Amino acid sequence: MQPATPAKPRPRIDTVSRGFWDNARAQRLSVQRCDDCGHLHFPGSPVCPKCLSESQSWVPVSGRGTLLSWVRFHRAYWDGFRADLPYLVCLVGLEEGPMLVSNIVDAAPEDLRIGMGVEVVFEAMDDEVTLPKFRPSS
Amino acid sequence: MTDYRHLKDRIAIVGVGNTAYGNFPDIDDFGLGARAFRYAVEDCGLDKNRIDGLLTCRVPHYARMGEILGLNPRWTIQLPPHGRMSGMAIVEAAAALEAGLCDYAALIYANIGRSRRVNYGGDESPGVWDPWGFTSPGAAHAMMFQRHRTLYGTTTRQLAEVSVAFRYHAGLNPNAVMKQPITIDDHESARFITEPLRLLDYCLINDGAVCIIMTTTERARDLRKQPVLISGIGAREAFTTASISNFDINFWYDEMQDVAAQAYGMAGVGTADVDALMCYDNFSPTVLFSLEGLGFCKQGEAGSFVEGGTLKLGGKLPTNTDGGHLSNSYMQGWALNVEAVRQVRGECGERQVKDAEVVQYCGATPCSRSIIYTPG
Repeated sequence: MQPATPAKPRPRIDTVSRGFWDNARAQRLSVQRCDDCGHLHFPGSPVCPKCLSESQSWVPVSGRGTLLSWVRFHRAYWDGFRADLPYLVCLVGLEEGPMLVSNIVDAAPEDLRIGMGVEVVFEAMDDEVTLPKFRPSS
Repeated sequence: MTDYRHLKDRIAIVGVGNTAYGNFPDIDDFGLGARAFRYAVEDCGLDKNRIDGLLTCRVPHYARMGEILGLNPRWTIQLPPHGRMSGMAIVEAAAALEAGLCDYAALIYANIGRSRRVNYGGDESPGVWDPWGFTSPGAAHAMMFQRHRTLYGTTTRQLAEVSVAFRYHAGLNPNAVMKQPITIDDHESARFITEPLRLLDYCLINDGAVCIIMTTTERARDLRKQPVLISGIGAREAFTTASISNFDINFWYDEMQDVAAQAYGMAGVGTADVDALMCYDNFSPTVLFSLEGLGFCKQGEAGSFVEGGTLKLGGKLPTNTDGGHLSNSYMQGWALNVEAVRQVRGECGERQVKDAEVVQYCGATPCSRSIIYTPG
């Protein structure tokens, strides 16, 4: 019998973040928009950081953004990432404004330029969780 | 008078103490904290029972600490175990002393991260980005340095100047953990942890404790040592993108500019007056960001500023003369404040900066702080 593959950390899905993960499973990238003032933010928040309204919705975004920075992990802080070493993590500024951290795929480190365009792709972890990731814009 | 600048020279550090630094599995945080406390009490010659203020940081429980030390203060605060808390703690204690909430405050920090194998990442510090494998303060600083070198052409050899200078200082500090000299080439060939940062860009993880005793300048005159005055303080948080922990897209530049304006303005000094800098160095890039934010050089120019030994003793700006977090001890800013006090007192032996009269502590973090110390 093969030893079980160590699990990767899973997202914490709660009342605030559930909409994001439901959208991701349907291959839609979304950020939270304030129903009252229109402010866009990510990660989700129980109230709007701008106007404090509790009325917040997850709205789809273009999935296009800019590579703001990137790093390559040579150390595994979780056993589940050990087989992936070294792996790439990127910081993306979405066209709509919010920043998010993700992985860059379909690219080697030498292809990466801060400021380059990137676009979202989706990778399913399992039936429940799909992770938005990014690749250089086509 | 309600302006914070009223605090100028009103509060003094009167006693400092620190344990040995290393790997101590047979003593816990309370034991280390108590030892540092005893050294600090001896340093200032105060009857410990007169201490009526207690601030603990990274010590598991303030009440147990009080029980162990035989203290029943009238002012107590426990701060979370984050490095950024050291500067905050000293500012808060100064405000409490000025307000008369206590007469003598003992600030105690203890860390047993080495012997208990703390990693500062992964499941120890859950975050939003864990599913993508992004974790640890070091990775956040790698993310910032990657941007800095792209925007400004900063090189890893320039970054190495920081680690090399601090290791040189550690060699002059009998209490430092890492004394073996290193070169820029050693830095360049060290293994990557989170690329572009390498092992020698990362702080140590070690056990140890620090205690600082503070009182009003007036009361300080009756104690054993020359008081070291708090002449300037500056503070600004950056919480807008706090979910990306320990990260700021603009290297805390705006916040540190604000901190610098407050601290220098209050103390009535400028960068040219600073005899020694004690700069929070959880990772080497933080030092470059701090130098730019405080105005020692323009934004983007810290790489060239540090070239050629600027930060070494005898250089233009001796920085982290104890070896800092990179080579002396990871006491999360606390030991740097102790070193600032000892430099002002002239107690630093081989690593003493001649005629050190203005010594500045700074930490560029999501809670940036700076404190300017002068002789009383």
